[in-house]
Amino acid sequence: MPVQLLDWEALEEFFTALKRRGFTLIGPQLQDGAIVYDQLEKPEDLPLGWQDVQDKGSYRLHQRDDEAAFGYVVGPHSWKRFLHPPSLRLWRAKRSESGFDLQEEALKDPKYAFIGVRACELSAIEIQNKVFLGGSYTDPHYRARRQGAFIVAVNCTQAGGNCFCASMGTGPKVETGFDLALTEVLAPSRHYFTVEVGSEQGAELLKEIPHQEASQQEIATAQQLVATAAGQMGRELDNSGLKEILYASYDHPRWDEIAERCLSCGNCTMVCPTCFCTTVEDVTDLSGQEAERLRHWDSCFSIDFSYIHGGSVRASGKARYRQWLTHKLASWIDQFGSSGCVGCGRCITWCPVGIDITAEATAIRNSQAVTGVKTKGTRHVQADH
Amino acid sequence: MARLTNSPRFALDPMLPQRFVVERLWRETADTFTVKLEPVDKTADFAFAPGQFNMLYVFGVGEIPISISGDPADNTALLHTTRAVGTVTKAMSRLKPGDMLGLRGPFGSNWPVLEAGGHDIVLVTGGIGLAPLRPALYAILAQREKYGKVVLLYGARTPEDILYKKELARWRAHFDLEVHVTVDRATESWRGNVGVATTLIRRAPFDPQDAVAMICGPEVMMRFTTQELLRRGVDSSRIFVSLERNMKCAIGFCGHCQFGPQFVCKDGPVFALKRVEKLLNTWEV
Ligand SMILES: Cc1cc2nc3c(=O)[nH]c(=O)nc-3n(C[C@H](O)[C@H](O)[C@H](O)COP(=O)(O)OP(=O)(O)OC[C@H]3O[C@@H](n4cnc5c(N)ncnc54)[C@H](O)[C@@H]3O)c2cc1C
Ligand code: SF4
Ligand code: SF4
Ligand code: FES
Repeated sequence: MPVQLLDWEALEEFFTALKRRGFTLIGPQLQDGAIVYDQLEKPEDLPLGWQDVQDKGSYRLHQRDDEAAFGYVVGPHSWKRFLHPPSLRLWRAKRSESGFDLQEEALKDPKYAFIGVRACELSAIEIQNKVFLGGSYTDPHYRARRQGAFIVAVNCTQAGGNCFCASMGTGPKVETGFDLALTEVLAPSRHYFTVEVGSEQGAELLKEIPHQEASQQEIATAQQLVATAAGQMGRELDNSGLKEILYASYDHPRWDEIAERCLSCGNCTMVCPTCFCTTVEDVTDLSGQEAERLRHWDSCFSIDFSYIHGGSVRASGKARYRQWLTHKLASWIDQFGSSGCVGCGRCITWCPVGIDITAEATAIRNSQAVTGVKTKGTRHVQADH
Repeated sequence: MARLTNSPRFALDPMLPQRFVVERLWRETADTFTVKLEPVDKTADFAFAPGQFNMLYVFGVGEIPISISGDPADNTALLHTTRAVGTVTKAMSRLKPGDMLGLRGPFGSNWPVLEAGGHDIVLVTGGIGLAPLRPALYAILAQREKYGKVVLLYGARTPEDILYKKELARWRAHFDLEVHVTVDRATESWRGNVGVATTLIRRAPFDPQDAVAMICGPEVMMRFTTQELLRRGVDSSRIFVSLERNMKCAIGFCGHCQFGPQFVCKDGPVFALKRVEKLLNTWEV
């Protein structure tokens, strides 16, 4: 289907059409000094005229000199909180005559319509699809939420200070995995979106709202904006041979150096759109008659994460940072066929001490070029568990 | 390696346990017990391969990975041997016949029992590590003629901590099985070896060019054992180890069991040493 065009004024009808189909709209909005994802009612809820300015350990909002609805990059939230929620009950158990009965948790299909999904975020969803749906077991909760979701992607027309999606091959242009993809254009007298249709469902929805075919000129203007973003990346990461370099760097002195700065707070893992780790919690009511099992997001930075009887395997902060970075940029490739990083920059922005994954990976790469790849290194013996 | 991971039991939610009832629970040593389970759903089968494990849930307390310790050929008895060390294992040790447990599984890879046919077999283990190896021993002894020499090298803390003592004696008497036991601390009446299991490797009667080794024990013990076996000339592709990591799901979702690129729950727990040798000798992986 050729590229279509939607005027800003038609956005309200677009939202209404989605709601009519039973979707709950989730999208960007201003809350407590950051742009987060929450339930949206109307286009005016969008962060009109706001832009985020990001750097290492820093996030600020600035007023733009236009009324762009998608003029920011990414905030502390990602769509993972809706597809793979921070807390979820897995099942309940009730004491009975013979022992206990188990009650499965009903699957929720909240029918989310995600408004404003960036290219890097679509890649992150694709990566979590592989984790939760791609193996011999599937997560029914993730599946129900993902299958029911309607995705309205938005191309980035401006990159942020911590962005490096161009290095990761995940953006800034959305390629697949959406129902509709918008590019926002603020022309002197006109505020409009060019629209690419990515699915049957997207085409059907578009029929219900006023739109027209975009002209060659309008398409070219939109493409130009996305191309500009590609040239504005605040950071970059050289992925060539990175897996092999990191696999050969378990004993690299850089880990000690990072550990002196890293607080092991786990912020990076919480904001990361691909990090999927969880823990479980078993609770009972006061009478001890009912129990339930909850699942919560967890972080490889917590000391309990690797606990086995006798002590934690990754007892030191440096082992935990090494685990995180090596998983993201190296072992993920062996596990799921792609890097675990989509270059969104969130971990850099929300790190309280401004640790930069691209700088750390580069430091390890560069020091190896000088000293040569060290494969043997010292052998430490771990305490007996 | 044969995999039995995609049991139809998990048609719905792989995190939902099946209910099992404690048929019997008996002490093996002061801190170790074996529990025999029966499914509530009588049609549930619990076929497993030696080396696989289940996730056992104690009502309201928690869920933990425990290896299956019984005979894989006996589909009337589902056994787990557990050392009571913490919250869940202690709660489990207090269960009585008729009490209920939740169970998910079987999970994971298995010992290469079939592939090792025609070879000498060396099993090296310490403490509770004998439990995950016992199913392999059952399977090997059931077809004893298919193997060369079969040697079990076992280290326990004290003579009182030796697991499956009577069974080991019976096997030694009835099958062509060499059992070498060593203890860390001897008691008055102990006439056997004293020291760690690795010291037994040097004198153990097997052909290093031919033998297949299977090792299960604390990580530091496995490190020394593999080094000793390599030194004797056993190839790293014929040495197998069973790794242990924290596990919250057993199905590749929680991320806790990662060991470099491996998920111990689904790629392991049994690995060919060749695949994990470098990481096994790296600190805090
Ligand atoms: C694949 C596999 C097979 C195992 N087979 C056996 C077996 O046959 N017999 C046996 O006695 N033990 C076995 N273990 C170890 C057993 O799972 C732990 O002893 C048990 O989890 C301790 O739980 P706890 O609540 O009693 O201890 P706590 O110390 O109170 O533990 C708290 C939590 O930490 C985690 N944890 C603690 N220790 C371990 C550990 N060693 N391994 C993994 N997670 C741990 C668990 O999530 C546990 O719920 C096995 C472990 C694995 C990974
Ligand atoms: S590792 Fe950092 S930059 Fe990469 S996807 Fe996660 S949060 Fe974004
Ligand atoms: S890298 Fe930064 S955000 Fe991540 S755990 Fe360390 S201090 Fe926290
Ligand atoms: S135990 Fe959860 S991923 Fe392996």
